[in-house]
Amino acid sequence: MDFDWMKIPYAFLTVFIVVNYGFLMTALIQKIGARVGRRYGIPIWQNYLDMIKNYGLRSSITHGAMFYLGPVFRLSGGVGLLLFVPSIYGSYMFSNLSFAGDLILALYFVFFGTLGMALGAAESGHPHAAIGITRGLSQVSMAELPFGLAVFSVALQYQTLSVTDIVAAQQGGMLTWTLFTNPLAVSAAMLSFLGSMMRPPFDVVIAPQEIPIGPPTEYHSSYLALMQTNRVIFPVAKIVIYMNLFFGGATSWPEFFLKVFLIYMWSAFVGVVFPRFRVEQSIRWFLVWAVPLGVLSIMVV
Amino acid sequence: MKPELMKRMVKGPDGVEFEVEPLRDYFCEVPPTVMPAAYIKIVEDLFNWARAESIWILGFGTGCGAIEMRPLMTPRFDAYRYGVQWRPTPRQANLFIISGYLSTKTLKRAIRAYEQMQNPKYVIGLGSCTINGGMYWDSYNTIKRLDDYLPVDLYIAGCMPRPEALLAGFMDLKKIIRAGKGEGANQYAENFAWYKENQKRVIHDWDMPDYNW
Ligand code: SF4
Repeated sequence: MDFDWMKIPYAFLTVFIVVNYGFLMTALIQKIGARVGRRYGIPIWQNYLDMIKNYGLRSSITHGAMFYLGPVFRLSGGVGLLLFVPSIYGSYMFSNLSFAGDLILALYFVFFGTLGMALGAAESGHPHAAIGITRGLSQVSMAELPFGLAVFSVALQYQTLSVTDIVAAQQGGMLTWTLFTNPLAVSAAMLSFLGSMMRPPFDVVIAPQEIPIGPPTEYHSSYLALMQTNRVIFPVAKIVIYMNLFFGGATSWPEFFLKVFLIYMWSAFVGVVFPRFRVEQSIRWFLVWAVPLGVLSIMVV
Repeated sequence: MKPELMKRMVKGPDGVEFEVEPLRDYFCEVPPTVMPAAYIKIVEDLFNWARAESIWILGFGTGCGAIEMRPLMTPRFDAYRYGVQWRPTPRQANLFIISGYLSTKTLKRAIRAYEQMQNPKYVIGLGSCTINGGMYWDSYNTIKRLDDYLPVDLYIAGCMPRPEALLAGFMDLKKIIRAGKGEGANQYAENFAWYKENQKRVIHDWDMPDYNW
């Protein structure tokens, strides 16, 4: 296999752009949420400040090796996800390390971070962390199910497991997007999207008002900063998959930014309108509404 | 000391007997150390600036004053626009607001929470109760001067202070931090023996290790 070494710096460039974009975008979304609540909201650069501060804390304590690895796993989950899907279609620079069959790998990465986190937080020995993980894992697994179904449906539809090929098949204008050619799969996936974005109504797992914020309870200073970095990479990476699979991908950075923002807004919209679900409620909700849609979409294809 | 904190023999589920000493096994006893600032001044300045602009408060209210912190999250006062946020766990918080009188029972929890916070950490005493006891000055189970037990960076006087006063307090705290004077944590580490002595004088059932990481 001939590997093109030049791809590595380009991949770093992608990560860099996405991190900065993610910081600004999540702050903007928070601001929009605040405006809905008639507040002024956080400054747009607040995320940078929080991160510098967390890296700048002088002390940090550990609970063992897995405690270190938790945030690292998490971050590698986010970065890995980002790197193995092409972020800009047709661009040599930003197609990253994608290859045929990368769809399965991407699905795997979606889950990877959460698992690493579970192991790390469990080692912190904090009872709230353990409860948070159980709740988080059950909800995330449930939310992933419709997405998995939708992905299989899309893969069947295009007869390929390569994200690049799927994007290529959607390049004939708006109406060739999966959104219009396979609406059932897209709606199942968009419902699952709500669940995995960790925004209301499905954010009971990390909500500060609940059992103290679940898995990250014991994390602080640099660990927390790592996780914050991931908190901005991961949604963008995830949205990139959605964008590629369902919304025709992006051919340039402005288009990329716009599409990612709009897809994120979908979860923000739902978030500000609906109150929070409890874990068992949200699991039932996914089972009743999202999973049948996913199954149906596979059958239709 | 409570019996469950005593050293004792325990029989595990598989029948093996082993010795448990809760204070040793479950806590780390290393006393706090003074943590130096970053070596290069400009880096420390950058950190101080970030610390000042991103103050995370531990959501823990002790007295009547706690009720004055809640309006800060509402549209009317909206402290978030100044970079002030509430965190539910001491591990992630930088600012501890002692919001009013502190009974000796709560003092114990306050100390534990304070010690779990990470090094630059700040304490605000809210209300006259934290300054001189306020209207509880002759109460038998509240402490009078918060400064004897925890290193306080800033007091906000009043009984009770309005949320506006709290906002003004945050602004002053930002100035203190940016000037590099918010070194409460190091002060605590330096005078650790003195603080512990004061704390133990009022807390009679001391059933925790001397330093709770
Ligand atoms: S200062 Fe006044 S309002 Fe505050 S805790 Fe004391 S008595 Fe209550």
